Amino acid sequence: MTRAKGWLGALPLLVFFALVFGIPAIALVAGAFTANGEPSLANLGQSLQGGYLNAMAGSVKLSAVVALLGAVLGTFVAQAVVTSRFALLREAVLTASGVLANFGGVPLAFFWIATLGNSGVISGLLGLPSGALYTFWGLVIVYLYFSIPLMVLVMAPALDGLRPQWREAAANNGATAWQFWRFVGVPVLTPAMLGGVVLLFGSAFAAFATANAMVGTVVPLVTLKIASALTGDVLIGYENIALALSLDMIVVAGLVMVIYLPLQKRSTRWLR
Amino acid sequence: MAALTGLEPVTAPAPAPTRPRVWRGVVFLLAAAYFLIPLGASLWYTIYTPTAGVSFAAYGELLTAEGFGSSLLLSMSLAVATIVLVLLLTLPAMLAVRLSAPRLRPVMEVLCTLPLVVPPITFVAGLTTSLRTGTDVLAPTPFWATLIAVQNPAFPLVLVLAYVVLVLPFVYRSLDAGLRTMDVRTLVEAARNLGASWPHVLFRVIIPNLRSALASASFLTLALVLGEFTVARLLGYQPFAVWIVTISGSEGQLSVAVSILSLLLIWLLLLAVSTAFSGRKRK
Repeated sequence: MTRAKGWLGALPLLVFFALVFGIPAIALVAGAFTANGEPSLANLGQSLQGGYLNAMAGSVKLSAVVALLGAVLGTFVAQAVVTSRFALLREAVLTASGVLANFGGVPLAFFWIATLGNSGVISGLLGLPSGALYTFWGLVIVYLYFSIPLMVLVMAPALDGLRPQWREAAANNGATAWQFWRFVGVPVLTPAMLGGVVLLFGSAFAAFATANAMVGTVVPLVTLKIASALTGDVLIGYENIALALSLDMIVVAGLVMVIYLPLQKRSTRWLR
Repeated sequence: MAALTGLEPVTAPAPAPTRPRVWRGVVFLLAAAYFLIPLGASLWYTIYTPTAGVSFAAYGELLTAEGFGSSLLLSMSLAVATIVLVLLLTLPAMLAVRLSAPRLRPVMEVLCTLPLVVPPITFVAGLTTSLRTGTDVLAPTPFWATLIAVQNPAFPLVLVLAYVVLVLPFVYRSLDAGLRTMDVRTLVEAARNLGASWPHVLFRVIIPNLRSALASASFLTLALVLGEFTVARLLGYQPFAVWIVTISGSEGQLSVAVSILSLLLIWLLLLAVSTAFSGRKRK
């Protein structure tokens, strides 16, 4: 009797998920492998050629650059915060990180357009050429605005876990600061850093609203291609290309997870 | 560290720590410049024009701008509906997993992580396709009317359904953290043994204990739905985030002003989440 009740409680969620997530997932895969009403690989083939391949490469490159830069810079900020003696500063930075890590999408784009856009406040002062923000590196700068705080949030607890005793023990044994970081600090922090890099990659890879509001189609990104193929400002029949591109995206996101999980396992093995 | 404060004057600080402190100062300075300049510049952008000088007109205009009220109202009602639906779905499921179906736990874990791995735009791509195919296939059946009603532009229920999927990971984490702090099984069994009915157990025992987790789940959902652009834009609806983009062409100042307000809103929502949690800890 209790068992039956238990299943009943979970049933609505399972049914809901099957309907709202499962059906679109099946439709996506089915559509990606269908061209002109017949099963085929044409869409997938086309999605890996020419402009589409270019967009995918652009997205991966952008996400990788943002993830690596964000991870390094975020770790530095986190270390500065964690070792700071001013509790108030620490609190303020962590709160601000929480806010900024959630500050994405359209408002983020307008922030930077107002700052470095063609009629932006700072671009006027710097005399930036028109359209300087609407480039690959412009997008990197904008994406770092939420990526660095995200990394700070990931790394601050991990850096807090680096006990001062370890450092003292290393120093007592004659280790230099470089040796401490090389043999103790970095290995201990690796799992958190890997997790952070994957998180940053994923959020930059999936971002659409910011890029859409900022660059339109100037910088080729796969999310922008999917959107334009879906909203039908191109020829009929391109929806299935959008589905094939979506499938490619999911495969890339999945691959990142597949690479990340064993690494994560290996790097946490000796911790506890 | 704190224990040492009384001794500080005795041991003169060695010159060694100066270097890290300089390094830290440089990092803070650079970070402050990178994060504060856009904030200041945006603020300046909204209040200053070469012709009119400094004025706060953009913020006043906001209230009277066409579509502001209706799009904000739509976003708010979508958020409320999403919160209600996601809690109605997840809370019973999570209680069931804890009380009587622990074997479902891994299933729930996977289901509630999947939406994080799948980029929202690919989810929308699948959703539009299934809606289109569904309308064709179901045309002769009564389900067709349901499918059309779900896409009603006045209140697009389909957005609520999509948002529930998108917020599921966050709500799951939040409720899981809340449920971890209490012994659900003992509480429920004790209440049942004392003769409480199931609704009584739920509303007088479980929910009061979960108040802070429920609050933080709701605030996170609210923040996500108010800022959501991708799904709404591609399904062709116009809640708040989409509206900002449509007016940005003609009203540059206005759209930046809204962006500043939304940053403020996120801050307030997170403040609410953190007080909900710290209030619990103190108790």
